[in-house]
Amino acid sequence: MLDGGIGTATKRREDVRFLMGRGKYTDDHTPAGTCYAAFARSDMAHGRIVSIDAAAAEGMPGVLAVFTGADFADVGSNPAGWLINSRDGTPMYEPKRPVLAHGKVRHVGDAYAAVIAETREQAMDAVEALEVEIEPLDAVVDMAAALADGDNRVHDDLPGNQCFDWGWIEDNREATAAAIEAAPHVTTLELVNNRLVPNAIEPRCSIGEYDPGTGDYKLTTTSQNPHLTRLLISAFVLGIPENKLTVIGPDVGGGFGSKIYHYGEEALVLSAAKRLGRPVKWTATRSEAFLTDAHGRDHVTRIELACETDGTFIAFRTETMANVGAYLSNFSTATPTFLHGTLMAGNYTVPNVYVNVKAVFTNTAPVDAYRGAGRPEATYSLERVIDKCARELGIDPIAIRRKNFIQPDQYPYASAAGLEYDSGNYDALMDVLERRADLAGFEGRRAESERRGKLRGLGINSYIEACGIAPSNLVGQLGSRVGLYDAATVRVNATGNISVMVGAHSHGQGHETAFPQIVADMLGVDPATIEIVHGDTSKIPFGMGTYGSRSLAVCGSAVHRATEKVIVKARKIAAHMMSVSADDVDFADGQFSVPGTNKFVAWGDVALKAYIPHDFPLEEIEPGLEETAFYDPANFTYPSGAYACEVEVDPETGVVDVVSMVAADDFGNVVNPLIVTGQVQGGLAQGIGQALLEQTTYDADGQLLSASYMDYAMPRADDLPTLVVDHSSVTECTHNPLGVKGCGEAGAIGSPPTVVNAVIDALARGGHDVAHIDMPLTPVRVWTALQQA
Amino acid sequence: MYDFDFANPATLDEAVAALGRGDAQALAGGQTYLPALRQRLAAPDTIVSLKRVEGLSDIEATVDTLRIGAMATHARIARETADRFPALSRLAGNIGDMAVRSRGTLGGSLANNDPSACYPAMALATGATIHTNARDIAAEDFFRGMFETALDDGEIITAVTVPVAQAAHYEKFVQRASRFALVGVFAARYPDGARVAVTGASSGGVFRWTEAEERLSDRFEASALDGLTIAPDDMIEDLHATKPYRAHLVSVMTRRAVEHA
Ligand SMILES: Cc1cc2nc3c(=O)[nH]c(=O)nc-3n(C[C@H](O)[C@H](O)[C@H](O)COP(=O)(O)OP(=O)(O)OC[C@H]3O[C@@H](n4cnc5c(N)ncnc54)[C@H](O)[C@@H]3O)c2cc1C
Repeated sequence: MLDGGIGTATKRREDVRFLMGRGKYTDDHTPAGTCYAAFARSDMAHGRIVSIDAAAAEGMPGVLAVFTGADFADVGSNPAGWLINSRDGTPMYEPKRPVLAHGKVRHVGDAYAAVIAETREQAMDAVEALEVEIEPLDAVVDMAAALADGDNRVHDDLPGNQCFDWGWIEDNREATAAAIEAAPHVTTLELVNNRLVPNAIEPRCSIGEYDPGTGDYKLTTTSQNPHLTRLLISAFVLGIPENKLTVIGPDVGGGFGSKIYHYGEEALVLSAAKRLGRPVKWTATRSEAFLTDAHGRDHVTRIELACETDGTFIAFRTETMANVGAYLSNFSTATPTFLHGTLMAGNYTVPNVYVNVKAVFTNTAPVDAYRGAGRPEATYSLERVIDKCARELGIDPIAIRRKNFIQPDQYPYASAAGLEYDSGNYDALMDVLERRADLAGFEGRRAESERRGKLRGLGINSYIEACGIAPSNLVGQLGSRVGLYDAATVRVNATGNISVMVGAHSHGQGHETAFPQIVADMLGVDPATIEIVHGDTSKIPFGMGTYGSRSLAVCGSAVHRATEKVIVKARKIAAHMMSVSADDVDFADGQFSVPGTNKFVAWGDVALKAYIPHDFPLEEIEPGLEETAFYDPANFTYPSGAYACEVEVDPETGVVDVVSMVAADDFGNVVNPLIVTGQVQGGLAQGIGQALLEQTTYDADGQLLSASYMDYAMPRADDLPTLVVDHSSVTECTHNPLGVKGCGEAGAIGSPPTVVNAVIDALARGGHDVAHIDMPLTPVRVWTALQQA
Repeated sequence: MYDFDFANPATLDEAVAALGRGDAQALAGGQTYLPALRQRLAAPDTIVSLKRVEGLSDIEATVDTLRIGAMATHARIARETADRFPALSRLAGNIGDMAVRSRGTLGGSLANNDPSACYPAMALATGATIHTNARDIAAEDFFRGMFETALDDGEIITAVTVPVAQAAHYEKFVQRASRFALVGVFAARYPDGARVAVTGASSGGVFRWTEAEERLSDRFEASALDGLTIAPDDMIEDLHATKPYRAHLVSVMTRRAVEHA
C-alpha cells in the first residue's frame, strides 16, 4: 500500500483552512459595488395576494429596485426533477414554482417581493415599508385532512391536494394482500417519521453578477452541485444559455441535502444583477433558514409485517403519506418513492413487498431529500415493525433478523422491492456488532443501571441502503429527468504535479483529501502533489454534484477512469522516450520501465515531455497529458450495516440517555478510514438528533413553532455517547472500479430505529407495555407513554 | 437591527439621565437584548450601556449575605460564590454556554424575568433584596408574572443582596433546545424555615411553592415531600411539555433539590 494512498487514514488537508478560519464561503465574497437583497416573506401560511404597493419602499434611502411576483410571471418554473406516475397511470400534479410568489402565498416564509438596496439594513427597512394586502385563507397543514378536504386547496386547481398516489410495485399489490390475508401472524405499526430542519451551519447565500460587456452571468452560491443548479436555471427558470452562466459553489458549510436544490433567491439575484448592472448579494438569516430551506422526512406511515409463527417473513406492506410542502422541490418526488419504496425489502428474503405512497401538498415549507433521503424512512418503518413483531412472537431481535437475512451465496439478489443487490454479508456484520457492542455483557450493565433507578434497554437494527446515485438508465426508467453520472478531468501539469477537476462538490466530505489518495495510489506519486478543483462550472467537467453518498462511488470512479486514461497516454510517451513499444513498458511506483532492460523514465520526466513535445510523432501522440472521464455506474451501490445502542431511561422524568452506540457497516473498500469514521459519526449524531431531539412543529394555522434554536433542539456533544464505528466487514461493490459503496448517509439511516428500539426495550424490561412512541422521544412523550402504559 | 444612538455613561447618575431621555433602553450583557434587536423586535432610540458604570459588578460578602453587583456576569458569580454559596455558584455555572456566561449578568436576567430563567428562582427562594438607583425591592414584590417586574421605566438594578442559606440546591430540568429551565426548583433551608421557588413551570412566572415549604420547614428531607403534588391547571403548556408533565416535574425537581442540598 502506498503511503498516503488508498486505505490510509490521512488527516483532512482542508481542515487546516476550515479550523483556522481561512475557509472562503459565499458570504466571504463581496465583489466591488455589491448591493444587497432582502425578501418580503409571508407571515401567514396561506393567503391571496390582493395588492403590493411598492411606491413608499422605492422612495426609501438606498433603495435601488423592488421586485414582485409580477416581474417573474413570464419566466419558467423551478421544476421537480422526477416525474412520478400515479397507480392509475396519470402523471403527478406539478404546480408552477415561481421565483417569487404570485397570486398566492403558500407557506410561512414564502417570498412575494424583494428589495435591492445599497445596504442590507436599508433593504430590510424597505421590505417593512411595502404596503401589502394579503387575504388570509385557511391553512392546509395536516396531511389526512388535506387529502379529505376537496375545497381547501394549496393549489387552486388541485382538489384534495394529492400530488400523486404511487404504488410500488403495483403488480405485487394483490399478491401481497393475499399473502398478508393468509399469514399466521401479522404485526401492524403506525408511525410518524418526524419532519426535520436541515440546519447547516452556513445559511444559504447567493451572489448574482452580470457583465454588461460580455453578457456573462455569474452566480456564487451555497450549492452542493453547481452544474445541476446551472442546468435548472438555464434550461427551466431563466433561460440563460449555459455558456453565459457560471455557477460557483465555493467553500460550503454543510448541506445535508438542503443545498442540492435550486431556490428562487438564486434566480432573483441574477435577474437583479442584470437589471442593476451590479453584483447583488443575499444572505439568509437563521430564521429564513428555518422557514425556507427544504425540510426533510415527514412521513405518516402504516406498515404491516406478515410472517410465519417462527418469524419467517412473508410480506411487508407500507402505506405512507409523504408531505411535500407547498411546492415541489427538485428531488421531492423521488425521495418518498424511488429512494424509499425500493428499499422496503430491507436485508431480507421476504417474497412479497408492496408500498403505497400518497404525496400531499400542505401550506408548509417544501420537503425534500435530507441526509439519507427516503432510506431512513424505509429503514425506520421496517426495523421498527420487525422489532415489534419479534416482541410479539417472543423471538430475539437479532435472531429474527438473522433468520431472514439474504445469504452471501444469493448475490446478485433480486429484492422483492425491485432492486438487484450486488453484494453483502449481513451475518458477518451482525457478528462484528455482537462483539464490538459486547452484547454478552448487556445483562450486567442493565442490572447496574437498575441499581441506580434507571431502565436500560438494548436496541438492534440492520439496514441496507441504495446509494452511489445512480445509474442513469435505471433512474431514467424510474422517472428521473436528469442523468446521474459524474465526471473528472485529471490534468498532469508540466512539472509533474496534478490538478483533478471533479464534478462532485465537497462541503464536509473531505474530497480534497480522499480523491488525491486514489490518483496517488494509481500513479505511485505523493498525494501532496495532487490538488482537487471543484465547485466551479467554468473549471470542472459537467458532473452532477454531491448527494446520495455518490461522490466516491460515482465521481471517485470517474477519477479512477480518467487516471487510467492518463496512464495509457503517459505510457505511450514513455515508450517514445525509451524508443520501445508501449506494450513493452511497465508502470509501477511512479516509474516507467522496460522489463529485462535498464531502461526507465520517471513520472516527472514523462509529464515534462508531454508539454515539450519537440520530437513527438504527432500523428500518434498528441501533446499534453490531460484526460476526462464520465462515469455512469451499472447499478446503485448497497452499503449495509448492523447497529446497536443502549439507552438509560429515567422512569421518573422520561429522560432518555443514549449510553452507547455501535455501528458496524459494510462500505466496500475504504479509501480513507478516518474520513469514513467521521462521516458515520456525523450521521449517527444526526440520527440520534432525529430520534430524541429534533421536533419540527407547525400549528393548525401553519405557523412554524419550532423556528429557532430556542425551540428546535439540535444534538450537541453532551447528548451523544462515544460513537463506536467499525467498517472492517467488507464486501466489495461488484460494478465500480474501486469496489466502494458510499458512507455519507449510513449513520443517519441506521441510528433512529436503533435508538427507538432501545427505548421500547428499556420500557419493556421495566415492565411497561409500550408498543411505540413517535420520534422525537422527548421526555414528555416518554413520560406520558409511561403514564398510559 | 434598526439604527439607534449609543450612550456609554461612566456613572449611575449619567446612566439614569440617559435612560430618561426619549425611548431609551439599558444594555447589560446583551445576551437577551441583542438577539431581540437583531430580529428587529425592539426599536429603541438610544441604548444605554451599563458596562462602564462604576461599582456595578462588585461581589461583597458579609456574615450572612452576599451583595452582588447587577453587572456581575454569570461566569464571575460562578467563580466567586463557590465557597460561600455553592448552590448559587452552580446555578450561575449552568446558565447557557461559556460565551453567554462571560457576558450575561445577574441584573439583566432579573430585569428581564424570563419565565424560564434561573436566577428568579434563586432570588425568591433566598428572599433576596433587589437594589435599584431609586429603592430596595424585596424579591417577593419584584416579580410580577412573565417578563414583568416592579421596575419603573428607566429604573436600574444596581445590586442584589442574597441571604446565604444553611443548605440549598437548585435543580434544573433543561428544555432540550434552549437549555433554559423547563422546570427549575431552588430549595433553601434557613434558621427560620425552608423556602422553595419554582421557575419555568407556571404561566404566572416564578412562584413559591408554599405547601412544600411547610413540609420542609418541619423536616428538610426529601421524604417530607412524599405524596405532595401540585395542580397542573396554572402550568405552562407548550411544544416541550404538557401541564401534567410540568406539574409532575415540579414535585420531582423539588425532591431532588432537597436531596442534593
Ligand atoms: C444561548 C443562551 C442560553 C441561555 N441560557 C440561560 C439559562 O439556562 N438560564 C437563564 O437564566 N438564562 C439563560 N440565558 C439568558 C442569559 O442569562 C442572559 O444573560 C440574561 O437573561 C440577560 O442578561 P444580560 O446581562 O445579557 O441582559 P441584556 O440582554 O443586556 O438585557 C436584558 C434586559 O434587561 C434590561 N437590563 C439589563 N440590565 C439591567 C439593569 N441593571 N437594570 C435594569 N434593567 C436592566 C435590559 O434593558 C433588557 O431589557 C441564556 C441566554 C442565551 C443567549
